[in-house]
Order: sequence, then structure tokens, then C-alpha cells
Amino acid sequence: MKNAPMNLVSRYGADTAFMTFVGMLMAFLYVPIWVLVAFSFNDSRSLTWPLSGFTLDWYRKLAENTDLQAAIWNSFYVASFATALTLIVGVPAAMTLHRFAFPGKSIFRRLILLPITLPGIVTGISMLNMFKLVGFQLSLETVILGHATALLGVVVTQVYARLQRLPKSLEEAAFDLGAGPWRSFIDVTLPNIKTAIIGAGLLSFVLSFDEIPVTFFLTGRDNTLPMYIYSTMRRGVTPEINAVATLIVAASLVLIVAAVIVTRGRKNQ
Amino acid sequence: MSALSRTLAGRGLAKHNLAGAFVVGIPILWIAFFMLLPYGIIVVTSFWLKKYPSFIPDFQFGNYITLFTDPQYVLVILRTLKIAILVSIASFLLAYPFAYYLVFRCKSAALRAWLYMAVIAPLWVSYLLRAYIWKTILGTEGVLNSLLINVGIIDEPSSIFLYNQFSMVVTLTYIFIPFMVMPIYTALEKIPTNLVEASADLGMGPWRSFWHVTLPLSLPGVAAGFTLTFCLSFGDFIAPFLVGGPDGNLIANVIATQFGAALNWPLGSALSIVMLVIVLSIVSLSDRMERKGLTGGL
Repeated sequence: MKNAPMNLVSRYGADTAFMTFVGMLMAFLYVPIWVLVAFSFNDSRSLTWPLSGFTLDWYRKLAENTDLQAAIWNSFYVASFATALTLIVGVPAAMTLHRFAFPGKSIFRRLILLPITLPGIVTGISMLNMFKLVGFQLSLETVILGHATALLGVVVTQVYARLQRLPKSLEEAAFDLGAGPWRSFIDVTLPNIKTAIIGAGLLSFVLSFDEIPVTFFLTGRDNTLPMYIYSTMRRGVTPEINAVATLIVAASLVLIVAAVIVTRGRKNQ
Repeated sequence: MSALSRTLAGRGLAKHNLAGAFVVGIPILWIAFFMLLPYGIIVVTSFWLKKYPSFIPDFQFGNYITLFTDPQYVLVILRTLKIAILVSIASFLLAYPFAYYLVFRCKSAALRAWLYMAVIAPLWVSYLLRAYIWKTILGTEGVLNSLLINVGIIDEPSSIFLYNQFSMVVTLTYIFIPFMVMPIYTALEKIPTNLVEASADLGMGPWRSFWHVTLPLSLPGVAAGFTLTFCLSFGDFIAPFLVGGPDGNLIANVIATQFGAALNWPLGSALSIVMLVIVLSIVSLSDRMERKGLTGGL
């Protein structure tokens, strides 16, 4: 009896404490992004508070920057091919893990998942060593090979998780009805894991577009977008970088919405 | 049952050997050429000898001896371990109460989905930019300093915010916190609510229920979160470069220097092997803890 109001008070107190905490965490995550966006429209070269006035000059400068445009194009090229490659290797890898038993399978699994936790720099320098040894010229193509390797684990975990949730009876039925492995994959398995593949592909694309540690070691004369921004940053902090950043944040937002739509589509199935 | 049906499905495919070889062959070849071979090559290179202006094949442990005796490298390895541990702890302290609130306290499913999304979403925003943000905020001519001067808390720009280990920990925590939230959230979500209710019915207060029921059951998620956050910040070289300052070099920066200006690939390779071994030990340690947590907890 006596405890009831006390409990109510402490419960209310705990809820308030939790809400405050969550609010502060959200501020920690999002205030910096707003600051970044705000300064891309500020008409002063220095990034100091308070804001001095509104301008679109930094965006105009971007539109005239041909190096930047080349870098963006290079990034699209690298991310598209790296995503395609990592799906071509990753989907069969997930299927292998899902249904075959063979000696060395646990090593196989560990190796494939390793790049998720392994710092990108190790993937980068080990492939750099190899390419130099066999006399490969560094280029955007070597970057593509590096990205595909580094992102393999992402694709495999996503597709494998989906495969595990599929009822085995589906494929068995296809085999019983006389479908070959190719037919049963195209007609039965693929439609069921389609959204997982799209989701994994989208994620690989974004991660590859954004990748630095592997790119840093494997690229030749051409720069990808993050490498270009990185080299600009060496020269100092400018609102021009904030303008690129704002555009990237906007593009990320579009991709997040796309990803949510893909996931929602999965739930409706 | 599932093992049986798996063999059946496998046999269906095995009948067509070509397709099976194709499915298994592509990933195995890829791994052999682009992972095993390169890793093997850095292992070999790590025993080579630097000889000006290049390096020569050899088999000697000089590079490893240098790494573990030269104070310059020992200091970097220890500093990297320290930063990675601090980042993991900071992320944990922020992520656990947040995930706990979402799973057990948040009544509205829509709000829960939004908040979860809000923490994961930054992963889609460029990682480089998330590091750069903190350079612009914490710098001497940055947003925080000018704001504090404007409000009147300080008189002149202070350099205490940027180019030290504090700024590195803040930045890396900001970047990697989603990797701590995701596994903890998943682990908490799996805990049946009737277990917590049962412990309350048996007279345990909320703190004791948490300590004896919820926390132990969520440990596998905590272990996974620590592993990811630790390994990711351990190998980072962008944040140290942007916000770490002259004394903020981490292992990855030193590796980059060895492959760049210092042109000592053997030493860089040896350092990469050290990094690889540390990461692998952490991963297998957490694998073991996760398995123990699962069997011991239930």
C-alpha cells in the first residue's frame, strides 16, 4: 500500500531519465549533421558561429569543379562493378554455406566473414602487395577487385540469413517435379531471396561508394569521390566540402528511403 | 530432420555436378586468389629485409623484434589498444541504455522503429564526412570554440578540444556506435518478457531482475558489439588523421606510412600481421564467449 505511490514516482522518474538520455543521444548524432548542412549555406569562408548570411556560392563552385565531377563518375563506376562482382561471388557463397557440407567449411565461412571485422587497411595492403608482385598496374579496376573482396561478407551474411528462413520443402518440391538445379534456382530460390539480394546490393553499393582504406592503397592515378574529398581536406576545412557533404547527406537520405521501401516490400510478401 | 532434408536437397543438386561445382567453385577460387594468396604474401614479406633503397627477400625476425622493442612502435600499439577500448566502452555506455529503453520501456512500436532507424541511418551517410564533421566542430577556429566565445564562457579559442585522444574517442564513438546498438538490441529483443515478469513475481526488484536476468541474457549481444566496435576503431586511420593530431597516430597510420613515404614494406607487412592476429584473437574470444553465454544463460 505504502509502496504504490513511491513506485509511481520512481517509475515516472525513470521514464523521464530515459527520455532525457535518448534525447541527448539523438542530439549527439544529429546536431553535427545540421551544423554541417548549415555551414554549406553560410557566406563566410571560416566555419565560426554565428552564421553570417545565406549564399549558394559553394554549390556554384562545386558545379564548376571538373575534378570533382570526374571523381563522382569514377565512384559510380567502381561501386557499380564492385557490387555486381560481390553479388556474383557472394550469392553462390551463401548458397554453398547453406546447403553443402565439405571439409574445411568452417574455415571457408570464417574467411568469407573476416573482412567484416578485419580493418580495410589489411585487405588493402595485402592486395597491393600481390598486385605489385605479379606486375599489375594499379587502377580503378584493382580498386573494384579490392572492394568486391572487402564487401563479400556483407552480401553473404544477408543472403545466408534469408536462405535459412526459406522452407527446405520448396526446393525439394522443385526437384521432385523434375526441375534441374538451374531451373529451381531461377524459378524457386531466386524469387524468394530477391529482396535480400537487392538490399545487400544497395548496401554494398553505398559502402563501396564511401570506401577509403582499400581505395587508398589500390588506386592508381584516378580518384574516387571520398579520396578526392580526403585530399581536399588535407588542405584544410572549407565550406565547399560542407556543400559536397550536404549533397551526400541528401543522397543518403534517398537511399535510406529506398531501403525502407525494399524492407517493407519484404514484410508484405 | 533438417539435416536429412539438407542432404536430400544437396543430392538433388549434386546430380548435376557442373552446377554444383560452379556454385562452390566461384567463391572458393575468389577466396584463394584474393584473400589466401594476398595474406600469404604479406606473411612472407613480413620476414624480408629492408635494404636501401628497396627491400630483399629474406627470412629473419628483425621486423617483429623492432615492433616489440622499439618504444616508438610499442607506444603506437598500446595507444591504439587504449583508444579502441575507450571507444568500445563509451559506445557501450550510450548504446545499452538506449537499446534497453527501446525494447523494454518504449510503449509505441512506431516510435521504437523510428528511434532504431535514427541510430542506424548515419551508417548510410559517408563515414569520411562523419569524421570531418568533428574536425569542423572541435577545431580552434571551429564551431564549438566560436560558440563558447560568443556566449561568453571563454575569452579566446581553446585548442583543448581537437588533436588529442579525447577528440579521437568522441569521433570514433560517433562513427561506430550503430555497431554497438544493433547486436545489443537484437539480444535484448530475444529475451522473453515473461522471464522478467517471473523474476518480478518472485519478488525481485527491477534492479535485481535486470542484474540477474536481463543483463546476463544480453551478454552475447554485448560481446558482439564490443568485438565490432573494437575491431573497427582499432583499424581506423581516417579519424586519427583528421582529428588525432601529431601524437595521435594509430597502427593503421603507421602501416600507411611504411607503405608510403617510409617505403619499408616488410615492416608495414609485419605490423599488418600483428593487427591481423589481434583482430583474429578478439573475434575467436568473442565467439567463445557468445557460445558460453548462450548455453550458460539458458
